[in-house]
Amino acid sequence: MLRIRSGRDPYGRQSGRETMNNGPLLFLGILASLATSFWGLLIAPQVQIGQQQPAVIEATGEIYPAARSGLARQGAEIYRSLGCVECHSQQVRQTGVNFDLWLAEPGTNRAELSATLTRLGVASAEVARAIEQAPAKLRSGLTQVEAQTIASQITNGDAKAQVVLANLGPDIQRGWGRRVTVTQDYLGDYPVQLGNLRVGPDLANYGARSPGLPEILKHLYAPQMVVGNATKPSMMPPYRFLFTKRKLREGETPTLPVELGYEVTPKPEAEALAAYLMSLRADAPLKEAPVPNPPTKSAPAPAPAPGQPAPIPAPTSATPPPPTPTK
Amino acid sequence: MNVSSHPNLGHGPTEPPPTFTPSPAEGRWSAAQIDASCRWPVLLLFASALAWLVLGSLLQFIIAIKLHAAGFLADSPWLTLGRLRPAAMDCFLYGFASQAGMGVLLWLFCRLGGIKLVLHWPLLVAGKVWNIGVTVGFLGILLGYSTGFEWLEMPRAAASLLFLAFALFGLVAVVLFTLRRQNELFPSQWFLLAGLFWFAWSYSGANFLTVVNPVRGSFQAVVNAWFTGSFLNLWLAPIAFAGVLYFVPRLTGQPLFSRELAIFAFWTQLGFGSFAGLSSLVESPVPRWIGSVGTAATVGLLLPLAINALNWHRTLHGNCQAWKTDIILRFVLFGAGCYLLQGILGAVYATPQVAAIIGFTYAGVGKTFLTLHGFVAMVLFGCLYYIVPRVAQVAWPRPGWIRVHWVCSVAGVGLVFLGLTIGGIVQGFKMTDPQVPFPSVVKGTIMFVGISTLGVLSVLVGQIAFLGNFALLLQRVLQPLYQMVLVECCGYAPDATPTVAKAGGKP
Repeated sequence: MLRIRSGRDPYGRQSGRETMNNGPLLFLGILASLATSFWGLLIAPQVQIGQQQPAVIEATGEIYPAARSGLARQGAEIYRSLGCVECHSQQVRQTGVNFDLWLAEPGTNRAELSATLTRLGVASAEVARAIEQAPAKLRSGLTQVEAQTIASQITNGDAKAQVVLANLGPDIQRGWGRRVTVTQDYLGDYPVQLGNLRVGPDLANYGARSPGLPEILKHLYAPQMVVGNATKPSMMPPYRFLFTKRKLREGETPTLPVELGYEVTPKPEAEALAAYLMSLRADAPLKEAPVPNPPTKSAPAPAPAPGQPAPIPAPTSATPPPPTPTK
Repeated sequence: MNVSSHPNLGHGPTEPPPTFTPSPAEGRWSAAQIDASCRWPVLLLFASALAWLVLGSLLQFIIAIKLHAAGFLADSPWLTLGRLRPAAMDCFLYGFASQAGMGVLLWLFCRLGGIKLVLHWPLLVAGKVWNIGVTVGFLGILLGYSTGFEWLEMPRAAASLLFLAFALFGLVAVVLFTLRRQNELFPSQWFLLAGLFWFAWSYSGANFLTVVNPVRGSFQAVVNAWFTGSFLNLWLAPIAFAGVLYFVPRLTGQPLFSRELAIFAFWTQLGFGSFAGLSSLVESPVPRWIGSVGTAATVGLLLPLAINALNWHRTLHGNCQAWKTDIILRFVLFGAGCYLLQGILGAVYATPQVAAIIGFTYAGVGKTFLTLHGFVAMVLFGCLYYIVPRVAQVAWPRPGWIRVHWVCSVAGVGLVFLGLTIGGIVQGFKMTDPQVPFPSVVKGTIMFVGISTLGVLSVLVGQIAFLGNFALLLQRVLQPLYQMVLVECCGYAPDATPTVAKAGGKP
């Protein structure tokens, strides 16, 4: 047997012998490690998020997440079966938040507004542009208190300034989502395909930026035609096996122009997959993950119904809630 | 210094080096008798394991090509990247690592317990069912029946077969453990016993919570991460630890430095191991504390790491000569070195600041490769090179090929790890800079993926050399048997063809 150099106590006894040579005790120790792990990692999250229910979006009254259509659910199976998750994640990360200051309404007394804005530190070229194009962003990268302090000073005439939440992070700047993804977004999914490698872009919000069905089908059939260029082609493999093709007859025009002289028809799998991709959205405004709501030109951002909070998390400071523009 | 004829490869006198004191219990059976009793079950497990290993690496090579040539083999759904990656991974995890680990476990339980292997038939059945399970799972993934959960991709039927096979195997292993004639347990036995139970529990538990009775929403990802952590840190790693703890003293002729340190490493590994898997969920859409627990546990794993390093290093103390002459020790120690590196990297990658940059990049793939092919596989190779000639009672037919395997493995693991790690860091910095368009980010990784492709090729060549060597050895084992069967059953002896054939031909 293998000898062990030390391991004897001052009395010459093999220390640790009783426990570490006792099979049943060893088993109990191993079982205890499993019990701890099971309790800590499986029971505790189950208590916290296992019973989560779909939320009601306050602004619209819709249930979120809504169930996917039947076709999209079939598409989710295709997504799982083809292992799309090996290259595409479905989670948007966010590094933090700060606040932008928007000029929602230039009002009538533009000269005085211009003077006020210049006094508040907005560059003069910016001032002219903002007043011209309002609603427009005045300042960014502010804390909520800073933004609200400045906003409260812009009160000339009918001018209105609005404090708007800005979610930060490379994923959001890349346009992969407007906010961080949270547990609520995945409630209806099985299997949840968070992914851990991005050889392709994140797809958590693909539906929100979807270029439409023909473009998606084209992308699946010949990715290099849609993304990238000759020197930097798309690295996505073509999924031609999701389509059937036949030679075009004389005078016929293809419905999906992806291959010269051929009529390319998507199989049901391709249509289901496209439907699933178009159903991917994680941009509902949630309490735990608010979505920026900048003012718009024609109709200002829908004002929250009376008694409901503005789309900015309730400030802990004593500052008044950010003003919302009204016509 | 002649590596090729070292006694540990099965040439010349083998057992045991003079520093080992045979214990009274071991006196009952000689080492050779114990080895001979392990012959068929262990050889069956090893033979299938090596076949899966080479198949998995072949697929990995195809994957590596596909990652920089998108159109390569793109016209069949079963060869699409998203199916090949999990298939190749499961070939390695379940086909090779788990199976070879089971063989090593049986042999170590017998050797350390001082008993002959019993219950051969249940073991052969378990081995067969396990391989049928892996085959069903492998084909299932290629045909599109993957469950979509990392390392649990095998469809339900395959998972059930694997579990049944493992339950049968585990029962035999526990019987072997209780039959031991040695009162004192060697540290390797603790780790093997823990791995045995942890794999059975975590595999069944995770399959239950993700496939049979799935939990809701992103909690599935938590269960998945819990499983991958448990599988790696409490099944594959303990097998490899058992190998290092046994073979470093065995091959250097030095006693293990400290049993107390091993006890400490054992319980800390057991405490932190399963929690460490959650570090992959840092910044993911799960409650924040889950990722934090994962990070803390991954850093906690540095404790057993430091203790193991100290214990192994002191055991080796002043024994550099053995490294030069003994190629088996080199495999084991290279694996141990990769273990240290991957553990430190794991702790670094799990910190939120680093995860924000290298999350979703090839760096993680490179670290997994280092863990699986550098640490687990290399230690297992060392074990196999020692065990196989003893249980087969045939020396390695091509000692030179072992050297090929060694050089190719070290070069391959190094190339893949360096390529993917540097590539992943570059990719991470570009990806976190929104000014860089995404196609450029991906394009920037191509060169590094190319380097890793070379590495995978090198690893594959080495493994083919191993498989070839093993096949030749197996042929030598089976040759006498084959002739005996021919003579006994068919009345046919190749040596005496004319007479026997005539006698049989004219009744």
